[in-house]
Amino acid sequence: MIPAAFDYYRPKDVEGVIALLQEHGDDARVMAGGHSLIPMMKLRMAEVPHLIDLQDIAALKGITIDGDTITIGAMVTQHELINHDGLSAAAPILSEAALQIADPQVRYMGTVGGNIANGDPGNDMPGLMQCLDAQIELLGPEGTRKVAAREYYEAAYMTDREDDEVLISVRFAAPTGGYSYEKQKRKIGDYATAAAAVQITKAEGRVATASIAMTNLSDVPVWSEDAGDALVGTTCDAEAMKAAVAAMLGDIDPTEDNRGPVAFKRHVAGIILTRAITRAWDRA
Amino acid sequence: MFDKMHIKMNVNGEDHEFLAEPRDLLIYALREKLNITGPHVGCDTSHCGACTVTVDGKSVKSCTMFVAQANGAEITTVEGIGQPDALHVLQESFREHHGLQCGFCTPGMITRATKLLEENANPTEEEVRFGMAGNICRCTGYQNIVKSILAAASELNSAKEAAQ
Repeated sequence: MIPAAFDYYRPKDVEGVIALLQEHGDDARVMAGGHSLIPMMKLRMAEVPHLIDLQDIAALKGITIDGDTITIGAMVTQHELINHDGLSAAAPILSEAALQIADPQVRYMGTVGGNIANGDPGNDMPGLMQCLDAQIELLGPEGTRKVAAREYYEAAYMTDREDDEVLISVRFAAPTGGYSYEKQKRKIGDYATAAAAVQITKAEGRVATASIAMTNLSDVPVWSEDAGDALVGTTCDAEAMKAAVAAMLGDIDPTEDNRGPVAFKRHVAGIILTRAITRAWDRA
Repeated sequence: MFDKMHIKMNVNGEDHEFLAEPRDLLIYALREKLNITGPHVGCDTSHCGACTVTVDGKSVKSCTMFVAQANGAEITTVEGIGQPDALHVLQESFREHHGLQCGFCTPGMITRATKLLEENANPTEEEVRFGMAGNICRCTGYQNIVKSILAAASELNSAKEAAQ
């Protein structure tokens, strides 16, 4: 499969990216690892006359842990995320999730920024970032602005990012307590039939806080505030988990596709969330 | 509009320069411009791993990388790992343990396994299976591929110990 022709740019800094985006408008797209965009271009579902490769921009590559604030540059790959010692200690849910994305080769190329920015409902990082209440940093001609991950997604492939903006990093407070990223997929490399990101803190034997987000069960990731609330103050017993699952099922809106009909997806979502809560609570 | 690009890359220790369209995929540039036909086109959709090469130290599916992205890169294909008269330990091991049948996936398997053992010299069976999950074989059922890689790891480790 051969994509439509394009002009290729590899700017050295973000200013160069913004200048190209301003010049070419929506005829231009930035590319991080390319493992979502290139398949779309090969299928000619995406036509990009001006392709801007971000690989040379050092400023987008770092992972910083400053006190309890974690910042991940857009060009950090899933492979780097998994193998970063400090990060595995500070926010282990990230590597747990990243290890369930695609396969080793794809993880060497696929980036955190691309996974978040693309707006594919099947991507795992968006739900995870909502669970962690991350802030997404965008750079545009007027400078940078921050958007909460919980506010970022509008519809499939549609986000709050403007055409002349580029996602440069994501930032969140280091999570505390127990965590779990649980994902059901048909095979290696597949997107989730259902996935759940859960962070739980415990105080005096009861749930103090709980944050729950679901992946690929709607056209956007779903942070279910009600599901988290259903756990708070409980001992995370079977009844509380049932209430959390019921609340989550009220927030998702899956559609039928080759991963199964709606009823099956709702069933899997409940099982996956129960497993994720159980594991997060065990670790809290 | 859409000019050809001047591409420079080092493949298996040898410098190459050629003109290519930015949209040319790395796999086709390697096979058709440089006549390096070890990496195979299997699925052409980044699933099967037959096109796996090493680009600047990363295992990459070369069907999902534009040649423009690899401009300036150092690339290793299966041709850079062993030669017919001087096989790499992994290649010997695949032969010894019947890690291939038709052989179509083998260049990708060997290239990926080389990188896997570089990063984890002493993998468990589970780690081998997880690390090779991006490479598909339709003949062997994987048992013998895993066996081959584990045997190669232990042989490489004994050789390392003997050298010390």
